Amino acid sequence: MDSLDFIKDIVLPPLFEGTLVTLKLLVFSIPLGLVLGILIGTGRVYGNRIISFLCTVYTIFFRGTPLLVQLFVIYYGLPSLGIYFSPFTAAVIGFVICSAAYHSEYIRGAFLSIKNGQMMAAQALGMSRMQAIVNIIFPQAIRRALPGCSNEIIYLVKYSSLAFMVTCVELTGAGKIVATRYFRYTEVFLVIGALYLIMVTIVSNLLKVMERRLKIPGLG
Amino acid sequence: MQEDQPIVLKIENIHKRYGETEVLKGVSFTVKRGETKVIIGPSGSGKSTLLRCINQLTIPDQGRVWLEDEEVTHIKKDINLFRQKIGMVFQDFNLFDHLTALRNVEIGLIKVKGMNKKQARERAYNELLRVGLKDQANLYPAQLSGGQKQRVSIARALAMDPSVILFDEPTSALDPELIGEVLEVIKNLALSGMTMVVVTHEMGFARSVANEIIFIENGMILDQGSPYDLFINPKHERTKKFLYKITELYGKSKDE
Ligand SMILES: Nc1ncnc2c1ncn2[C@@H]1O[C@H](COP(=O)(O)OP(=O)(O)OP(=O)(O)O)[C@@H](O)[C@H]1O
Ligand SMILES: [Mg+2]
Repeated sequence: MDSLDFIKDIVLPPLFEGTLVTLKLLVFSIPLGLVLGILIGTGRVYGNRIISFLCTVYTIFFRGTPLLVQLFVIYYGLPSLGIYFSPFTAAVIGFVICSAAYHSEYIRGAFLSIKNGQMMAAQALGMSRMQAIVNIIFPQAIRRALPGCSNEIIYLVKYSSLAFMVTCVELTGAGKIVATRYFRYTEVFLVIGALYLIMVTIVSNLLKVMERRLKIPGLG
Repeated sequence: MQEDQPIVLKIENIHKRYGETEVLKGVSFTVKRGETKVIIGPSGSGKSTLLRCINQLTIPDQGRVWLEDEEVTHIKKDINLFRQKIGMVFQDFNLFDHLTALRNVEIGLIKVKGMNKKQARERAYNELLRVGLKDQANLYPAQLSGGQKQRVSIARALAMDPSVILFDEPTSALDPELIGEVLEVIKNLALSGMTMVVVTHEMGFARSVANEIIFIENGMILDQGSPYDLFINPKHERTKKFLYKITELYGKSKDE
């Protein structure tokens, strides 16, 4: 069997299935990670002492330990405490927790870059602190944080391959299985690489469109 | 003309300390409806701190503030209700950078006053008209000149229907050729009967619209009186010197 036919008939079908799983992982992980990151970042800047401390510890902890270790703890460790997750759920939880830690850094930096005068002006109008954060500070901060968060999302597309380590058969896992069965690593992993490249290109273009949509003169 | 008008704002014995230094050492004054009070004083004398103590953006260590018949400094009252009625205009504008001029003016109406969007938009548009910026309604702050930004921020304060507006050096951050357009707007407000406290070193403006000039130094009121009293007949030699100095520094404006 020559390479092209091999790829078309044997490699692509399982890889497409794997790609679907990867996309499903991303569809859950990206938005949830971003939302959690925003909450953690906001808690760090605007929370009271306890909340701010807890959010900071969260970030230090999950940025300071390898994602793979986090995944192992979630999938293989937690069952000893009676907590069981499916491979897919375990992977999503790991990705959300980890990417949120990185997002929170960008969000926090963006909050701190907003001049104090914005808060003063909002409060002078009669807004509560909470209203000022929601209506004035956050819309500006998220625009400043977006380039950093975009990068993190693109990383996430690629490190989603670690899901295979907790037996969630996504793109890389599916590839590893066919490659091992037929002992054809080069072709298979070249195709996998191409598929990731396509996904990254699509995601980064979507993010660019979003950045452009949200762009405001003088901000960002 | 303001003689028999009711008191809008009453400030009593305000003290504020930052660490070792006592920035305000017991400042008191009252503002009647329709009055324009001008506050002058050297840099660091506590003028901005005083204005911020009025709407509690800075909490004074001691002293009380009343707006009309209600005590602003009363612990149990919602400060946000008072702040709606105390407009504030900042030296560096502090327009909301992510909102157009129009949205800057309407956001307080919608989020704070709970006005419906259509009414708020109409009101905001009228306020922009009043400060001569109807053509700039849809521009973002970054697309406006300094003078235009400050006029938007005045419109933003006016839209809330405040009982009094506090101005903190509204023209100090502006290029000289843009100062006139902003002073013009403030002057028209004064003439239309708005109650205002204005920190400024524009003496031409002060002379033409101030009912009273308050001279603050080292956190205390050193002198106060009508422009005539202060310029011609100040209590302290120090007042005379300061007035002379800032008149030199800021030049004489067209009103003189
Ligand atoms: N948040 C703060 N923390 C510590 N010190 C402060 C703070 N705000 C003001 N000060 C100090 O209080 C003093 C008075 O400041 P303030 O800004 O009220 O003066 P000002 O009269 O408005 O001066 P300027 O004409 O320069 O605006 C200054 O010495 C300033 O350094
Ligand atoms: Mg000041």
